[in-house]
Amino acid sequence: MTYEPWDASIADEVIARHARLDGATMPILHALQETFGYVDRAVVPMIADVLNLSRAEIHGVVTFYHDFRSEPPGRHVVKICRAEACQSVGAVALADHAKRVLGIDWHGTTADGRVTLEPVFCLGLCACGPAALVDDEPVSSFDPAAFDARLAELRA
Amino acid sequence: MTRIFIPKDAQAVALGADRVAREVERVAATTGQTIAITRTGSRGLFWLEPTIEIETAEGRIAYGPVKPGDVEALLEAGMLSGAAHPLRIGRPEEVSYLARQTRLTFARVGIVDPMSAQDYVAHGGYAGLTRALELGGTGIIDEVKASGLRGRGGAGFPTGIKWSTVGLAEADQKYVVCNADEGDSGTFADRMLMEGDPFCLIEGMTIAGVAVGATKGFIYIRSEYPHAFRAMNDAIAAATQAGYLGPSVMGSGHAFTLETRLGAGAYICGEETSLLDSLEGKRGMVRAKPPLPAIKGLFGKPTIVNNVLSLATVPWIMANGAAAYADFGMGRSRGTLPFQLAGNVRRGGLVELAFGTTLREMIEWYGGGTRSGRPLRAVQVGGPLGAYFPDELLDTPLDYEAFAAKNGLLGHGGIVVFDDTVDLAAQARFAFEFCATESCGKCTPCRIGSTRGVETIDRIVAGIEPARNLEIVRDLCEVMTDGSLCAMGGLTPVPVLSALAHFPEDFQRAPTLMAAE
Ligand SMILES: Cc1cc2nc3c(=O)[nH]c(=O)nc-3n(C[C@H](O)[C@H](O)[C@H](O)COP(=O)(O)O)c2cc1C
Ligand code: SF4
Ligand code: FES
Repeated sequence: MTYEPWDASIADEVIARHARLDGATMPILHALQETFGYVDRAVVPMIADVLNLSRAEIHGVVTFYHDFRSEPPGRHVVKICRAEACQSVGAVALADHAKRVLGIDWHGTTADGRVTLEPVFCLGLCACGPAALVDDEPVSSFDPAAFDARLAELRA
Repeated sequence: MTRIFIPKDAQAVALGADRVAREVERVAATTGQTIAITRTGSRGLFWLEPTIEIETAEGRIAYGPVKPGDVEALLEAGMLSGAAHPLRIGRPEEVSYLARQTRLTFARVGIVDPMSAQDYVAHGGYAGLTRALELGGTGIIDEVKASGLRGRGGAGFPTGIKWSTVGLAEADQKYVVCNADEGDSGTFADRMLMEGDPFCLIEGMTIAGVAVGATKGFIYIRSEYPHAFRAMNDAIAAATQAGYLGPSVMGSGHAFTLETRLGAGAYICGEETSLLDSLEGKRGMVRAKPPLPAIKGLFGKPTIVNNVLSLATVPWIMANGAAAYADFGMGRSRGTLPFQLAGNVRRGGLVELAFGTTLREMIEWYGGGTRSGRPLRAVQVGGPLGAYFPDELLDTPLDYEAFAAKNGLLGHGGIVVFDDTVDLAAQARFAFEFCATESCGKCTPCRIGSTRGVETIDRIVAGIEPARNLEIVRDLCEVMTDGSLCAMGGLTPVPVLSALAHFPEDFQRAPTLMAAE
């Protein structure tokens, strides 16, 4: 996936576009992450100003939710389900395999910036696990062999 | 021109439905066959996905599971006229897995075009709202009460009673909030409904709005469901365009508008008060009750918070009558529940049935046993806060009270099957770990107790003072049960204690060591 490099004026526009929504903080944070791939901490005072809330409050929201990254992700994001239904068909072995092959732990990015690995607790694909989202595309029956095949397909 | 139906449901897509649809387009174009593909929801028979359904004179004829590489041969064999082929399933309604179900909430899922308000109406949509508008506020609420509908999000609270509290509250603004956070492992019914029949949820929320005098609704959808989020946004736009949402719903003079919001990967935001804080743009901290959300909810206003399935069942009740719905079920569990068969099971999918079927029938008859072919050892029902049941408890009927009597819970109807390779000590440890990760942090027993639970189970598994540490686990569970503000901390002991009660041998695998220094 491609994201904009961090740019305060783009961030300003994104914030302004969502600022009038009820409970605007979450939609703003999602839109920022969609634009830049992560939530740069520089946005905290910007959002606080626009919504007339304290910086502490915005900071608290950014850090509460697992979704919001503090660093740009790799060029591909692989989210592997860690929840029970996937555990029953080998999700733990899959996760161990993925970490070993990529040489990273959860939330890590490979040294070449190619892949970020993230845990997720259930994708609603629980009847055909192990499940994953690869760059937002849902994947079923994601065993270690399927992981290797998929990884080879992910371009640079 | 032949009409073809291929699911767009995320599970079907994960199994290759998009690639199959593209291949059908391509091959049909090269052979000059004129087709029109409608992307539907899934019927929920996932081992047959991706399916292709063809409209024929004898009704729809299904083929599946189809791989892209099968498409040429299928078209060559005459699939477009419903011809024979090894992948031919026949009429989907006659597949016994589906024929034996009672599809009320899911009546249209897998059949209608989820993008089309017109198709929704052609399949009986908006008959419920039409009748609701005739009944008016208290009439609707009486009908929902009489149906016996209980909240499908997990707690099983009577929906009609919640609505009447909001209806009686005086306020300049009221809200209807749909809980589409569906965080429980093993559940996907909310997702399937939103992707496959989004207008049904819109209609249900509109009826709720008319019933209590709320003019604005929000659907809080977990971020793990990008497909459902898009489907709901598209359907809301279409419903607004067609006058089913807006300043005067169906020309009735009732205003009702809808917006969606995305969660951000926090399980606790499925808890209704945490969800409301999150909707308000805050951290998802659980609020103390009272005040109930029905009195002081979103932005401090009276608010209905209901699960997707609770709301999406209301149109059926309105259109067919409360008595027709209450005719299904057992005891105090009336109507049907869309159960979800998941995990290590051969035929996973969506099984909507009246309450009262046994867990065994569900797993053996519908599920066909384990996918691995190994013996079944444990079943977790009701998500991460639900109990692990051994084979001896499989004859328990699927009913709120029957499950409570066995120290379990039905929750949102997720059924997760494990074979004999499962280690229940590891599952108990995971329950604590999950609670530690997902706790909102407000109460000490939940926040600290869960972390101590992980450490203590690690010691037991390592054989360090097992008897004493088992005692500590039980004490922790007691403190968490009694001292937690919400069911996250309060029910985490359920999977832990059920693992201990039914599978004690898994906690005694290691040779006992001397106490660590
Ligand atoms: C930790 C926790 C997580 C919950 N997650 C969900 C959820 O994902 N979806 C849901 O509908 N209800 C969930 N609930 C239940 C809600 O708090 C609430 O009871 C429900 O939304 C009410 O709607 P209903 O009466 O239609 O079930 C959860 C409760 C707790 C304690
Ligand atoms: S039990 Fe846990 S999740 Fe629930 S309010 Fe307390 S700390 Fe938060
Ligand atoms: S448990 Fe993995 S997708 Fe639901």
